[in-house]
Amino acid sequence: MTTSFIVHDKADTVGVVVVEDVQPGKDLTGWVMETDETITLKSLDPVPLGHKIALRDIQSGDTVLKYGHDVGRAVADIGRGRHVHVHNLKTKRW
Amino acid sequence: MARYEFYGYRRENGRVGIRNHVIILPLDDLSNAAAEAVANNIKGTLALPHAYGRLQFGEDLELHFRTLIGTGCNPNVAACVVIGIEPGWTGRVVEGIAATGKPVAGFSIETNGDISTIAAASRKAQELVQWATEKQRERCSMEDLFVSTKCGESDTTSGLGSCPTVGNLIDKLDPLHVTSCFGETSELTGAEVVCASRAASKQAGDKFMQVFNAYQEVIERHKTSDLSESQPTKGNIAGGLTTIEEKAFGNLQKIGKKTKFIDVLKPAEAPGKGPGLYYMDTSSAAAECVTLQAAAGFVVHLFPTGQGNIIGNPIEPVIKLTANPRTARTMREHVDLDVSGLLRREMNLDEAGDRLIELMLRTCNGRLTCAEALGHREFVMTKLYQSA
Repeated sequence: MTTSFIVHDKADTVGVVVVEDVQPGKDLTGWVMETDETITLKSLDPVPLGHKIALRDIQSGDTVLKYGHDVGRAVADIGRGRHVHVHNLKTKRW
Repeated sequence: MARYEFYGYRRENGRVGIRNHVIILPLDDLSNAAAEAVANNIKGTLALPHAYGRLQFGEDLELHFRTLIGTGCNPNVAACVVIGIEPGWTGRVVEGIAATGKPVAGFSIETNGDISTIAAASRKAQELVQWATEKQRERCSMEDLFVSTKCGESDTTSGLGSCPTVGNLIDKLDPLHVTSCFGETSELTGAEVVCASRAASKQAGDKFMQVFNAYQEVIERHKTSDLSESQPTKGNIAGGLTTIEEKAFGNLQKIGKKTKFIDVLKPAEAPGKGPGLYYMDTSSAAAECVTLQAAAGFVVHLFPTGQGNIIGNPIEPVIKLTANPRTARTMREHVDLDVSGLLRREMNLDEAGDRLIELMLRTCNGRLTCAEALGHREFVMTKLYQSA
């Protein structure tokens, strides 16, 4: 089965889409590198290659985790399967 | 453990180069025209024009000299002609390079004019290039090799594939006593504590945090926004990177999983503690960073890219790798190694690291990189503040 998204760390709340054709409503298969697990997820947005997809529901103000680490703060509620990028995630620095 | 070797040029001071350049080095912006005229007259020489060298002062001036002298000292350079507007500072650069024992000659333009200077410097350059082209490569080991790394136009595939591939190489070659270097101070923002934990000593870790905090002060003083579109760049954002923290953790994958850094270098400072991994305080702009690493004596560069940064360096070959399948497809002429198979799970990291080692050694043996073949020679001096 094609791996459509990859997750660095088991604790992560986002994964990275690694194929070019993710459209809303598509059932995706993902690979968690840390644990070598396979997981599944339904996309709710078009998500371009290299962009992030939410692995669970994230509330506005929540810390977003990638590489098992804090990579910023959600500035809107983000549903599982939604596109995560500059419109709903901001740096905590600078 | 695998035995790796390559064929390089052993210089007068024992250091090993993988290229055999004769460079025409201008001291200052005013001397670019003469340097380029000499390089045009004498085939096989290379002019390195740049924008600075006048009325600089203090630490910025020291960095200017360190960069020029270090560039001339790099073992990828067989011999050097220095041209400056006046003899004093020209002589300082010549003297610095001469300490390596390699042939170097200086020419100054005041009281001579461009045409006489170009004639005299061309005669010398011809002599040097004919001398240098008789140099032979000899067998060298990993202990002779200085490898630098920096990534650019990163995207999320950099943190997934191309940066960890470089990290795999570093983890494999560090025990073989390679000397290596990473940098990009602003681009560790968010991952600085994790980076500091990779120091081999408390002293190195403290030194890293000092340079990190100093750079943050510069950003805080000058910023007019959260730096979005600058750091991360617009290209990074197009590629899916959202925050500096996310970019920083991807960047840090380049030093592998276990290698520790033994010291922190000033920009363009040569490593002084023997083989091992060094951190250098640099900007995250590709050409500035690679120019500083080349000036510190690194001879081959590993450059992961996501969206497709096309940088090269005049004296230090830049090997580009990408894990982004679209970049590998649409920018094929810029990509030395395609590791997008990592994302399709067609290869693992261990295999990707081995492929990069093999390609790096072929490059060390003389194979031109994509950037060399395409004529990318970005030589960009770092300037710390305004001139007087």
